[in-house]
Amino acid sequence: MTEGSPWSLLTAVGLLGVFGYAAAAVAALVRARQAGSRWTGAWAAPGREVARLLVRQRNAVVGSDRLLARIGGALLPVAAIMALLVLPLGGHAISDLSVGVVWFNAMEVLAWVAVWMVGWGSNSAWGVVGANRFLAQGLSYELPHMFALVTVAIGAGSLRVSDIAAAQGGHLWFVVMMPAAFVVFLISVMGFSFWGPFDQAVGRDIVGGVAAQLSGIDRLVFLAGRYLMLTVGSAMTVPFFLGGGAGPFLPGWAWLLVKTAAVLGVLVWAGQWWPTIRMERFAEISWVVLLPVTILQALVVSIFVLVGWM
Amino acid sequence: MVDAIVFGICAIGSVVAGIAVFRVNSMARATFALLASFILAAVPILLLGLTYLGVLVILMMVMEMMIMLVFMLMYMMNPAGLMPMTMVHNNRMSLIIAVAVFVILVSGALLTPWPRTGRASAVEPTKALGLDIMGPHMLVMVIIGVVLFATMVSVIVLSSARGRYDRFGDDLRTRPPRDPVRGGLGR
Repeated sequence: MTEGSPWSLLTAVGLLGVFGYAAAAVAALVRARQAGSRWTGAWAAPGREVARLLVRQRNAVVGSDRLLARIGGALLPVAAIMALLVLPLGGHAISDLSVGVVWFNAMEVLAWVAVWMVGWGSNSAWGVVGANRFLAQGLSYELPHMFALVTVAIGAGSLRVSDIAAAQGGHLWFVVMMPAAFVVFLISVMGFSFWGPFDQAVGRDIVGGVAAQLSGIDRLVFLAGRYLMLTVGSAMTVPFFLGGGAGPFLPGWAWLLVKTAAVLGVLVWAGQWWPTIRMERFAEISWVVLLPVTILQALVVSIFVLVGWM
Repeated sequence: MVDAIVFGICAIGSVVAGIAVFRVNSMARATFALLASFILAAVPILLLGLTYLGVLVILMMVMEMMIMLVFMLMYMMNPAGLMPMTMVHNNRMSLIIAVAVFVILVSGALLTPWPRTGRASAVEPTKALGLDIMGPHMLVMVIIGVVLFATMVSVIVLSSARGRYDRFGDDLRTRPPRDPVRGGLGR
């Protein structure tokens, strides 16, 4: 484990915030274009929303479990920041754990806790419905997601994120060697940040679901945490599948940022266009199609490793 | 020194969270108190240098407690789950059992002749620990794992009220199947 300077932690969290804001701005832009309204002011839309939420009163229904709801709301951005610790930025991660992949997985699973706590704690039927929907969604995306991570680790022969990025240097990127794992990983990034087709937990059919009762600063922290989760998931895609900082002309950290922005842009854009998928449908797709596909992908990559192609 | 402080905080925190499980009046709070207790108990594994196992315990505990939460709410609270409840029953016997188990565990920890000279930490601590615990029985344990999994799957298959004849009809030819909830593949 190598320790980074506090400056790199500040930089990483600052960049996470900038990218999260940009994701929210792009989402606002796509929404404005879909609605046919003026989209030139979309870049400031998240800022206006932040200001609006900051001056609003925080409300809570009588009998709501404020302790759980507030812990849950705060846990979402905290989990995103802790997951970011193992991302190698400019050659070294803030804390390059030998089990970085498992760490990332553990932090990302905290979203289950956070979302459920918020949904339950708000003492609203819509919140509980959304919270339980999210658990069903978690059970659907998590196993294929884990097999995708296992495949990456097998391909690199290491659970250390910087080793995984380095293993792709001079070789084909993992996105070429394991395309199914790549696609499943992107799906699960949208899954754990309940984004796009997987936004049933905060769906419009249940008047905002988990976030139905949130207002003021609580809502701000929760929604910011959601964008941060989406951002950190996109950022981790780069060392896992897109060669990390590898690329011509620019330094490593710049390539990491460029690739992260590209992945994040694709996810935000796709998330705004794909219709929501109901969980009973996705559960079957996930268990009957995605899970076997990822296991086969792991087998194929294992054979590649055994015969020395990777 | 830092290790000792972290261990102390986690040990006390774990016990306090464990007590909180039985003091709170909401199943959701009880579950999260239990989860906190488990996570605090996982940190000493990290202190032993078993990074993989420690992080894995945290990961698994979070996932399993979130699933267990749904069942605990279903079985132990009123259907909406929004009324207060109590976790305590059969007080006297629970107290006796708890004290007895505590005494056994503590005496085991204190009386076991632990090795005095610490070995040099292994290069692969997870592997070394697995070999130490399992030794030559590794194959048996792996097979038991598969048997357990097969048992779980068969229990679910046997206990499910609906079988293939309910789905596909008596001649197994009904397409699409008659499911109460349609899946995403139209099978």
